[in-house]
Amino acid sequence: MTGTPEELVDHLFRHQSGRMVAVLTRIVGPANISLAEDIVQDVLCDALETWKFGRLPENPAAWLMQAARHRAIDLVRRAGRFSALSGELRRHLESQQQLITAIDNLFGESAIDDGVLALAFACCHPDLQPDSQVTIILKYLCGFSVREIAHAFLVSEQTIEKRLTRGRAALKSQIALDLDLGHGLETARLGSVLRAIYLLFNEGYHGANESFPIREELCSEALRLGLLLATRPPFDGPETKALVALLFLHGARLPGRVDEEQYLVTLAEQDRSRWDRDLIQRGLFWLGESAAGDSVSEYHIEAAIAAHHVVAPSVEGTDWGEIRTLYAALAQLRPSPVIALNHAIAAGMADGPSAGLAALNSIGGKERLQAYPFFHAALAEFQGRLGDLSAARRSLDRAIAAARNPRERVLLQDRRLALGENS
Amino acid sequence: MQKYMFLFRGGDAARAAASPEEMQQHLRKWGTWFRGLGDKFKGGEPLDMTGKVLRGTGKALSDGPFAETKDLVGGYAIVEASSLEDAVEIARGCPIFEHDGILEVRPIREMKM
Repeated sequence: MTGTPEELVDHLFRHQSGRMVAVLTRIVGPANISLAEDIVQDVLCDALETWKFGRLPENPAAWLMQAARHRAIDLVRRAGRFSALSGELRRHLESQQQLITAIDNLFGESAIDDGVLALAFACCHPDLQPDSQVTIILKYLCGFSVREIAHAFLVSEQTIEKRLTRGRAALKSQIALDLDLGHGLETARLGSVLRAIYLLFNEGYHGANESFPIREELCSEALRLGLLLATRPPFDGPETKALVALLFLHGARLPGRVDEEQYLVTLAEQDRSRWDRDLIQRGLFWLGESAAGDSVSEYHIEAAIAAHHVVAPSVEGTDWGEIRTLYAALAQLRPSPVIALNHAIAAGMADGPSAGLAALNSIGGKERLQAYPFFHAALAEFQGRLGDLSAARRSLDRAIAAARNPRERVLLQDRRLALGENS
Repeated sequence: MQKYMFLFRGGDAARAAASPEEMQQHLRKWGTWFRGLGDKFKGGEPLDMTGKVLRGTGKALSDGPFAETKDLVGGYAIVEASSLEDAVEIARGCPIFEHDGILEVRPIREMKM
């Protein structure tokens, strides 16, 4: 016996829950994922009952996994011709011993990781909208409850339930959770999985809920899944590595980040000494690893932009020219007004406020940015730098009117105050 | 100092709806509570919910404790306290109530000279 319940690794239950659900779903088949969840709930309840008197087993994570394995074997023993077995296992049905060996194999350490990835791929079924994909990943792979997911996205529990219903229907259409590389299905779907991880991270980074711990957890879940992919051939291609680099480099800035939505607004005020040096190093490492082959993905470009920010000593000491070039490349791959805005800001920072204003005013489709407060904030920034304070005040007033939440409003009002009253 | 038997009952039904994270947080509170007892904790164990019951003069044997889940004894602890009031005060801090459980505090009879 070692340790006490207070010394358990943070989120151990939640993390192991996702791993157990993944392996059990591989055994009972995606159509029976709710059964897998019930088993996991039982295992966790047992652990709670057994450990709550203050003593823990030698290896709590392994204890949980063993308990799940025992329950899986019990299930198979009780129903020899168990209808709920996945296609993957059904071929072992003639012999119970073979079946148990097959189950044991699925509980091997690297097989568990494969199970997690297999479930991640299943969750990214093409019939599902990205928000549903992310929702069922959070539910099944990350062990969040409906209430917790609703809380993180600031939507109602019914909305989450609806997404889960759609998600389960999509899972049911898949006979087995198989990382059978021969099918090519997994590599074909890799792009959707990377996108879901990216969205999961963004939800944490920019998301609706202001509660910091929840947002940080979403980011670390994205990183966990990303790393799993980046270390598992054949999913460990340059695009995957670039995504992981991006997540590390953005994650590094989480501690120093107060409320920023747009780097021009508060990047200057961030305390760079609070950025996580270790995460920066790891991000730069993965960025280096991603530089292979001849394809450049959005993740490569975004990671490169993030790298420029984290290695710069200050806003003034940032290589804005290079960032402008990168945003131009990103706009080619993924045209959007917000990327065009970032490009214009970088141009202004590189070539001076007049160039910045010109770039902002020449954004194609900038009507769509009228409702976006940071478009006006960027105008105000360059107008202020040119000494046109009354124009800057008007722009900030528009920015404040467009603020989408109290946090943004406070941020912009502070800047407005700094410009003084109308003369 | 007097010894008291703490009988922990129930606290199950509500837990079924707890998320993994909430369960771990609940577990952590139990750990903190038991550690807080320090030297006053004189032993105790959680009990499995299976078992056999022997009954009456015929020693009739049956499976399992029959009480409803919410009344089932899930564990016991022996705790030292200066008085029943003191023991009750200690019991009040127990996390079992978060899950609507029951804590029965019983003085252990002593052989008085």
